[in-house]
Amino acid sequence: MARVPRRILPGFRLTLGFTLSYLGVMVLIPLVACLVRVSSLTWPQFWGAVWTPRVRAAFLFSFEVSLSAAVISVLLGTLIAWVLVRYDFPFRRFFDSMVDLPFALPTAVAGLVYSSLYVESGWLGRFLVPLGINGAYSPLAVVLVLVFVGMPFVVRTVQPVLETFDGEMEEAAHLLGANRWQTFWRVLFPNMIPAAIAGFTLAFARALGEYGSVVFVSSNMPFKTEIAPVLIVSRLEEYAYPEASAIAAVLLGCSFATLVLINALDRWVRQNGT
Amino acid sequence: MSIALRNLGKRFGNFVALDNINLEIPTGELVALLGPSGSGKTTLLRIISGLETPDEGDVLYFGEDVTDQSARARNVGFVFQHYALFRHMTVFENVAFGLRVRRRKKDEIKKKVLELLKLVRLDSLEGRLPAQLSGGQRQRVALARALAIEPKVLLLDEPFGALDAKVRQELRQWLRRLHDEIHVTSVFVTHDQEEAFEVADRIVVMNQGKVEQIGSPQEIFEKPASQFVFDFLGNVNVFEGHISRGQASVGSFSVDYPHYTEDQTRPAMLYVRPHEFDIDKSSNGTSSFRAVVVRAHPVGSLARVRLVSLDFETPFDAEIHIERFMELSLKAGDTVYVAPKRVRVFTAESNVPDYSI
Amino acid sequence: MLLIVGCGKMGHEILAATLRSKRHLQEPWWVRWSLIVFTVAVMTVLIVIPVICVFVNAFADGPRTYWDRIINDQETLDSIRVTLTVAPIAVIMNIIFGVSAAWLIARFKFPGRSWLIALIDLPFAVSPVVVGLMLILLFGRRGFLGPWLIEHDLKIVFAIPGMILATAFVTLPFVVRELIPVMEALGSDEEVAAVSLGANAWQLFWRVTLPNIKWGLLYGIILCNARAMGEYGAVYVVSGRIPNETDTMPIRIEKLFQNYDMPGAFAVASILTLLALVTLGVKVILERRARREMELAKQMRETGTPV
Repeated sequence: MARVPRRILPGFRLTLGFTLSYLGVMVLIPLVACLVRVSSLTWPQFWGAVWTPRVRAAFLFSFEVSLSAAVISVLLGTLIAWVLVRYDFPFRRFFDSMVDLPFALPTAVAGLVYSSLYVESGWLGRFLVPLGINGAYSPLAVVLVLVFVGMPFVVRTVQPVLETFDGEMEEAAHLLGANRWQTFWRVLFPNMIPAAIAGFTLAFARALGEYGSVVFVSSNMPFKTEIAPVLIVSRLEEYAYPEASAIAAVLLGCSFATLVLINALDRWVRQNGT
Repeated sequence: MSIALRNLGKRFGNFVALDNINLEIPTGELVALLGPSGSGKTTLLRIISGLETPDEGDVLYFGEDVTDQSARARNVGFVFQHYALFRHMTVFENVAFGLRVRRRKKDEIKKKVLELLKLVRLDSLEGRLPAQLSGGQRQRVALARALAIEPKVLLLDEPFGALDAKVRQELRQWLRRLHDEIHVTSVFVTHDQEEAFEVADRIVVMNQGKVEQIGSPQEIFEKPASQFVFDFLGNVNVFEGHISRGQASVGSFSVDYPHYTEDQTRPAMLYVRPHEFDIDKSSNGTSSFRAVVVRAHPVGSLARVRLVSLDFETPFDAEIHIERFMELSLKAGDTVYVAPKRVRVFTAESNVPDYSI
Repeated sequence: MLLIVGCGKMGHEILAATLRSKRHLQEPWWVRWSLIVFTVAVMTVLIVIPVICVFVNAFADGPRTYWDRIINDQETLDSIRVTLTVAPIAVIMNIIFGVSAAWLIARFKFPGRSWLIALIDLPFAVSPVVVGLMLILLFGRRGFLGPWLIEHDLKIVFAIPGMILATAFVTLPFVVRELIPVMEALGSDEEVAAVSLGANAWQLFWRVTLPNIKWGLLYGIILCNARAMGEYGAVYVVSGRIPNETDTMPIRIEKLFQNYDMPGAFAVASILTLLALVTLGVKVILERRARREMELAKQMRETGTPV
């Protein structure tokens, strides 16, 4: 039998007990409550709640905007991380710390201000609306606010990886005859991909569940610009708990899938690189 | 001459990294740049490679001035201390990189890479990622990668620095054999004198941005050109003494020193290596002095003896053959007579070593 | 979750200087500057302009009107009170949990450890709206515990306790996530030494561990607090949105927004924006301090003497 090593530091039992009880009460019990409620539905009931044109439209829209926002976030975020790490320019520190603002700014505030910036009389809308770009109460508005929410995740996952590039790999490539462009595409870029994907997944997961900012900037029209979380809330307001739970279960499933993906990726990256 | 350096100088801010370096490296030799950290040896290597530009002076490859050429254009092989392998590429792809960016044909690349992997004995590991290799294997991949572009010169920065002692020992001998096989002009940086002595054809000893001595390992060991070289080679006993009237002395012990015949006494350092002592139980005149054994223990075929001289109270180490040690049956507390077989005298004014006895 | 206060990060200055000093590692100047200009433009449009916009809109009618809108609106005042009740309690719960879980994860190896870490991250992946829903299903009138709660005259959903639970759920990972990397970077040498010198658990924590993790912990608390005060989705669902009773500041913003009272909404928003800016400011200061301490510790290790 394997011997359990004696733990030198105190507090294992205490912290284990407390951590597990807290997580149990705070996270697991509510989660189980939700799942039990869903599983008490019969299959046709569940299907009837989830497979309606409105629910399908809501999920489709949710995926559309989240995916677009995540793609934009990953492109912008990677670029921003690159510039912040590798170049020096006036106010660099200021911009570096502003990256974190979306983490700290309440989503309701983000929604409020985004909804006012892009209307026709808004600060940015007055330039964009005449160009035919409508960034308020449109799918574009939702994507914009989701980029605001998701982009910092990409910057903050890619940045540490870029900081580990101390120049040696690049010097090696240079000495072996690669030009700057070849060095970037063949050496640096492939090493940034895992972090960028992780950032993408985080931004996507966050966007999928986002509620606060979206209700402000979206017209929330059923079949058109209604996202899944908004639909859950309106089902709740109709006291249609089973339907709300069923939709929530699907949303939860999607979120967990992304979480599992992040962990699998993380493990893969750890195995395949330093 | 493969590489010639003329009056090279380099500063970082106020720090003088290299000061008027002149050096020629003959074709086909394996040269070690030996020195303590901060001596400028890595900077020198990086200037030779083109990764660093000198503030003054020229770098010549085969007589051609390459000072203003980029590192890319110089076609040098460079092995980084921490290898700088491309972590997302397999061993094969790492070695192939230089050929890929030169747009060589696929089958040509494959043939060349496999040949090199065979040379560095990694032919079975071509599909591995750097993270899945041991330190020594990574080192060899880095070497194969550097050789793939058929460099005019091969530069290695502390090639064995990041390895543990046993692997280091093996790789050293292997590098020497490899060099004898391919004969590409190679320069490597090291702070480990043993490494330099074992591997190199020629050693360049550096200190504080200057070249202290250039020579074969034997020359450096036998005739250290300065106090620094002597100190750096290590394992030496220093006695603070003085010189006057053709004698260098410490306490009652003195040796001939014909270079200084004046009456005025001047301070001097007397250097004796541990294996350059004879130990005996009886005196043999002025060429020996009395000392007390502090500690004595056998180490392999030698015995290491720690002594303190009786009249000038300096502790020092001696190494004698084990047979001699048994014969004398030395133990702590014994009083013995110690006769240096060879003494090197350094004075504050001159860095030129002087030999006695 | 990704905001780790200064541990083991190569200073940008050193890296940038290294790259700058090497011609061959630099992109051509026009590439560099177009990327910089583009980045600055994107960040300005996405982040800086919105922040300025909040304050400009809030103060559009002068500071007195601004003050009036906050101080003379009972519903707004009450929403501030509710937020100041809910957030601190949720934060305190998560501090206790965070320290305990970080100690467990950073100091012990045990089976199921990686599962536990995944479980701690779980609230990141759950939509806040779903969090609210789960609490209603559990504590609501028709929920699993509903009848029992009614029998004992306890109100959780559509009341402060439910909002605290919702807020605590959503902000649960923040403190732990800050502490784990800090504690792992520190290692347990000092703690083992303290134990070997006879320190008990209490002394160990207060005298050895806490002084070492204090900056990370402080930032975790501040970030957790900003998120707790700003939480919207989950609180929206469980609060019932009863004016003067369960409206928090973000919900108050939404109500003012729905009533087309934009100046009022921006006035409340400006307070929360200020909170966010303060949070960032504290982060910058703490990072600098943590970095300096790391450097001092490193110097001490290398030279063996205090500087």
